[in-house]
Amino acid sequence: MPTAPMLIQAESVSREYRLGETVIRAVDAISLRIEQGEFLALLGSSGSGKSTLLSMMAGLDRPTSGAIRVRERNLAELEGDELARYRRETVGMVFQSFNLLPRMTLEENVELPLRLAEVDRSDRQSRVGEALERVGLAARRRHRPSELSGGEQQRGALARALVNRPAILFADEPTGNLDSVNGEQILLLLREIQDSLGMTIIMVTHERPLAERFANRIALLSDGRLVSDGAQR
Amino acid sequence: MKTRDLSELAVRNLREAVLRNSLTTLGVAVGVASLVAMLSLGVGLQTLASQRLTRSGLFDAVFVTSQRNFRGPRQPPPPDSAAKRESRALDDDARQQLSKLSNVTEVYPQIRFITEVRYAGKSESTSVLGLPDSSRSSGAFEGMTGKYFSSPTAEEAILQIEFARVLSDQPPSLVGKDLTLRYAERGALSKVADDEALLDAMMGSGKPGGISIVPREKTLRIVGITESDPSAGIGGFGGARVYLPLKTAEQLHVAQPDDVQAFLSGNPAKPSYIAMTVRVRSPKDVPEVEAAIKQLGFATFSLLDATKSLRLVFTVFDLFLGLFGSLALTVASLGIINTLVMAILERRREIGILKALGATDRDVRSLFFAEAGAMGLFGGVFGVALGWLIGSALTWGTTIYLHRQNLPGVKISYVPWWLALSAIGFAIVVSLIAGLYPASRAARLNPVEALRYE
Repeated sequence: MPTAPMLIQAESVSREYRLGETVIRAVDAISLRIEQGEFLALLGSSGSGKSTLLSMMAGLDRPTSGAIRVRERNLAELEGDELARYRRETVGMVFQSFNLLPRMTLEENVELPLRLAEVDRSDRQSRVGEALERVGLAARRRHRPSELSGGEQQRGALARALVNRPAILFADEPTGNLDSVNGEQILLLLREIQDSLGMTIIMVTHERPLAERFANRIALLSDGRLVSDGAQR
Repeated sequence: MKTRDLSELAVRNLREAVLRNSLTTLGVAVGVASLVAMLSLGVGLQTLASQRLTRSGLFDAVFVTSQRNFRGPRQPPPPDSAAKRESRALDDDARQQLSKLSNVTEVYPQIRFITEVRYAGKSESTSVLGLPDSSRSSGAFEGMTGKYFSSPTAEEAILQIEFARVLSDQPPSLVGKDLTLRYAERGALSKVADDEALLDAMMGSGKPGGISIVPREKTLRIVGITESDPSAGIGGFGGARVYLPLKTAEQLHVAQPDDVQAFLSGNPAKPSYIAMTVRVRSPKDVPEVEAAIKQLGFATFSLLDATKSLRLVFTVFDLFLGLFGSLALTVASLGIINTLVMAILERRREIGILKALGATDRDVRSLFFAEAGAMGLFGGVFGVALGWLIGSALTWGTTIYLHRQNLPGVKISYVPWWLALSAIGFAIVVSLIAGLYPASRAARLNPVEALRYE
């Protein structure tokens, strides 16, 4: 069976924080290889380092040591602007608390990454419409986040993450603020996106049943270390 | 991010915290208004002074005198080079020549004489001056009782108030009345044989010619009484008490002190003048015209140096007004810093989201810069309007006060376009400087920490 091309490769990645004299090692020498099209769940309890690892792979943070290579480029060595470009063009992000800007309508929120990427105005409306269509929120485009339910907000955030057609979707506890029905809907949507677009999805969660049900690979973290890493199906 | 997107986001952000941003913008506006009001006052006063001084004719005039002095007719000129040049009489030929010089708008002689004035049985000796028609617009006659001469050749007189008081206890009642001038008319002699022979015997010149001095009277209608001394502003150096139209004064052919010298120099047929005033197009033309007149062999005098001093005084005045006005704008800029720093705290999470979505540090910095700049722009425009209103109110109040003092109103505040544009530009620059720290602080925010912020 032919293997999928390598997309992300973490090589002995560590991330330390200093609190006065105390050094806290949030991620401790983790090595991980993620292939294109995978749906990886980073599973672990609170403080296990899964969100920190995700932030580093998403280009929001830099490792203290080690390397994270995405398509052979070491994120740790990228300049600030190059890292921003990586986040803008290669990565889409979904957060536990949705993080839609409350002052903007749903379509303006979804349009934001297109503004940052300097996409032509003429293309924007169609791409925003397409993204909202995919998550089933085309009719709510003029609503503000406060006028949407939690599930709708997270779907809106997903549309925003998809609008730039990224290669990798990072989801940090995407169901953490949702009830089980809405949480399941979001994960179904993620699976559908993975299947239809061939997108690589890396999701942080502490809910093992959901991870086992939707992800095709689970990496278990504890105290900043990778405890286990295995395929689901 | 493209400029248009950046502007849209900045305006949207400003609209969201409308009260706080409006108050900050108002702070900028008040600062700009105080700057504009103060500088408009400086500009207005300077414009007023310049206009008045220009109209007075002090600064766009060159006073011309002959280089002749009253040395005896047989004495040689002094050995210095200036005096070796042709020493010319200030006569009508000279007047024609001077009026042909470039940038010269008017040339008129100084007709001034001391004479006897009779009114209602009173007889007073006083100084009389001929006024050119251009003195009508000099501003010296604003607010006078009565009116200016009806024509350049009218047989009318304007009295200085002090002299009018000498003639009557009720000076305004003099308007419309007649007074009589008694003066010495200068004329050429028709039969001079005896006198000439006598003169030849006395002077040994052997030249023909002579002058006659005949006492005359002229009745003039008093048309106005002025409180100012218009003779001070047109090269007459003040002191005259009765004013006539210049042409009327010329037609009187009053004997002048130079006539004696002309007579002694053997050329009495042509009357010459003590001095002439040459008016130029603008004060900046004075040096060039002055040099040209000196080339013609006349002595000159102008008040150009006084204009320079005046300009210096007003520049320093403007500088201080600008400094005081800028203080208010500096305080307003602290308001901008405060507002933007508070906005960073409030919008920490938003900054994190923007960075997570791919915004560069530059994008974030530009966004905060744009917001500061927009506050500066709106504050600047509003401030200019407010400053103009304050200036207009000052002008209005001053005019009311002056009217109550029976004085004509003046425009003491003036907002030229360059002041309005500079004030708006200055407000934007100050706002951008005020936004420097908050913007760079926002740009430096760590996205992970910003996203964690609740």
